[in-house]
Amino acid sequence: MEEVRLMKGNEALAHAAIRYGCDGYFGYPITPQSEVMETLMEEMPWETTGMVVLQAESEVAAINMVYAGAACGKTVFTSSSSPGVSLMQEGVSYIAAGELPALIINVMRGGPGLGTIQPSQADYFQATKGGGHGDYHLITLAPSSVQEMCDFVGLGWDLAFKYRTPAILLADGVVGQMMEKVVLPPFRPRLTDEEIKKLRPWAVTGKSGGRKRNVLTTLELDPEIMEKHNERYQATYRLIEENEVRYEAFNTDDCDYLMVAFGSIARICHKTVEIAAEHGVKIGIIRPITLWPFPKKIIAEVGSRVKGVMVVEINAGQMIEDVRLAINNPSVPIVHFGRLGGIVPTPDEILDAFNASFPNK
Amino acid sequence: MDINEIIKPENCVYHRPKLLNDVHMHYCPGCSHGVVHKLIAEVLEEIGQEETAIGVAPVGCAVFAYNYIDIDWIEAAHGRAPAIATAVKRLMPDKLVFTYQGDGDLAAIGTCETIHAANRGENIAIIFINNAIYGMTGGQMAPTTLLGMKTATTPYGRRADLNGYPLKIGDLVAQLDGTCYVTRQSVHTPAAVRKAKAAIKKAFENSLAKKGTSFVEIVSTCNSGWKLTPAQSNEWMVQNMFAKYPIGDLKNV
Amino acid sequence: MKSEIKIAGFGGQGVLSMGKILAYSGLMENKEITWMPAYGPEQRGGTANVTVILSDDPISSPILNTYDMVVALNQQSLDKFESKVKPGGILIYDSYGIHKRPTRTDIKVYCINAMEATLEIGNNKAFNMIVLGAMLALTPIVTIDSVLKALKKTLPERHHHLIPMNEAALRKGMSLIK
Repeated sequence: MEEVRLMKGNEALAHAAIRYGCDGYFGYPITPQSEVMETLMEEMPWETTGMVVLQAESEVAAINMVYAGAACGKTVFTSSSSPGVSLMQEGVSYIAAGELPALIINVMRGGPGLGTIQPSQADYFQATKGGGHGDYHLITLAPSSVQEMCDFVGLGWDLAFKYRTPAILLADGVVGQMMEKVVLPPFRPRLTDEEIKKLRPWAVTGKSGGRKRNVLTTLELDPEIMEKHNERYQATYRLIEENEVRYEAFNTDDCDYLMVAFGSIARICHKTVEIAAEHGVKIGIIRPITLWPFPKKIIAEVGSRVKGVMVVEINAGQMIEDVRLAINNPSVPIVHFGRLGGIVPTPDEILDAFNASFPNK
Repeated sequence: MDINEIIKPENCVYHRPKLLNDVHMHYCPGCSHGVVHKLIAEVLEEIGQEETAIGVAPVGCAVFAYNYIDIDWIEAAHGRAPAIATAVKRLMPDKLVFTYQGDGDLAAIGTCETIHAANRGENIAIIFINNAIYGMTGGQMAPTTLLGMKTATTPYGRRADLNGYPLKIGDLVAQLDGTCYVTRQSVHTPAAVRKAKAAIKKAFENSLAKKGTSFVEIVSTCNSGWKLTPAQSNEWMVQNMFAKYPIGDLKNV
Repeated sequence: MKSEIKIAGFGGQGVLSMGKILAYSGLMENKEITWMPAYGPEQRGGTANVTVILSDDPISSPILNTYDMVVALNQQSLDKFESKVKPGGILIYDSYGIHKRPTRTDIKVYCINAMEATLEIGNNKAFNMIVLGAMLALTPIVTIDSVLKALKKTLPERHHHLIPMNEAALRKGMSLIK
């Protein structure tokens, strides 16, 4: 029988990583996600699976350790919160340029600056539009429950290795800090060095077995060649956009209005929609699970046949830009509601905002 | 006499190390980098670690180090080589892992990573080329630039009140409990080259034996940056650099 | 059935851990659970509060407008959450240090003196278990048996000798509701 556990989202991340067969975690403590490293240190996976867990001297060092681990073909990750993830952006750009599979977790808190430590979704742009320099994308997964915090660790790595590109879990303080029931995946053994050499012939493992040397570099002084590299990255991104869009649609078949929300706030919207239904207002919800690639088609399809769309985010209006681009129809009113700086709105607040935006139902 | 009559195995007195690739180096004539590259290639071959060695290249003049030595490499972001080497060695403890860094990379932008990797006693070797100037970007001040020394960003000479003091980072890392071997060498004479080679060999063996962090500083010249001939550079280095950065072991546990 | 509960008080009163025990007790009964703390520096002094939702059906929002039961263990918490009790719902507060009493008449208000009860049973660490006992006396969110099972599961073996003391505190808390 599967074992049901009760734990925080941050703890679930750590357990899921060990069970996936992770080779290494490199991180630096920051609220509200320090439980990730704390749980790993408590579990001591180096004694059981051989996984490395290292508290680095900074987020800058941590992301470069992830870059190195990924270059060696290892299954590695880091986790942080908004200011720490900003520090990591240079390294993230290198990982994308190196076509390296790696997992980055951002348990977002209120910003900008040092900000607050309360939940926020204000790093949507940073994650989905490329927070570091250069033309790149991160496969961006937005968990809305502790179970998804657990499941998306595996999904993130699966996709990262499938396309050889970094993936990010864009979580927020709500899903990081809350406890819910979770079913953990079964233990998988870590790959051996021999298996890595066979499965990932590009990996830096020491030049042996008669192969040519593997050099992981993102430097290319010839712009003609650099353009070719970029075209290859873009081809991968198009493939991901075609194949990996994920979302959850609720009540979208016969709704009069549509709410679009991701992560924890999508669940709060569910409560809002329940209350609205009691008053006879039919609202559907689309929850993008992949923020990049963005579920444009379904949002365009549902969005173009409703009386109005409300995008609810814990930020000043970021995903709404992608919703507008997807629907691309000036006759559909598309409005935004959000609280800022670390305040999570209640279901009633969202309903009040909805009623204010769409008074003539 | 035909030249092919001279080029015969029995007449060979010197050959390029097997691991040194047959390509033109981008270094300026007279630069110390080429000599140190050759020593690394020779040592790896001599101790039979071509297949286990993983090098970490810096940003700076040695950014293309990976083009010259025929082993697996990772090119680091500026200053991050010790963090990269940390992860590689931790994830693959049986490899010989070394970084190759200049003074800007190691002692300015990457000071944090240098100190902390050494303080954790990571089982890596750090090869540190100290030529007291930024070569790649065109001769600007380095943390190790001597007082009074003219660079592109200290055109009237480095002044302590404006620019602070030359950083003796070798002495600094020697203080740390995590380092097992810290030495300062040079490559300006055949005798010095032999000593530097022995130091690199020891550092590499320490990485394999997991003895802690080894730190080999090579006090070097940059004749282009210093605006001297290669021969003048060597003289200038002996007279000025060695006074601030004396040659010899700082720590040998 | 669904219980939406807010527990609020000073940091150090065991507010978050009381919520955790309640959540684990729900796990013992196979319920759906969400435990959502107002986390942050509040944990280290100042006020702390936690939302616990126990339900037979999947739980949507972890953030709520109003609650079936509010447990307020200091004046600030009482001031902040009295208005958030659903009409017909329950408000429990500890009388210690309360100078402004609740005024609502459309909810059931219970004043307990858990602080005094800790002195009576001679264990000031049992404060939150006494409060939990009072909660369970008012509404059977979970059974006492489930709480004891939860304690057994969550406490390390070396602390299992403390379980009878916790049970006594729970029963003391239940006796405070008349």
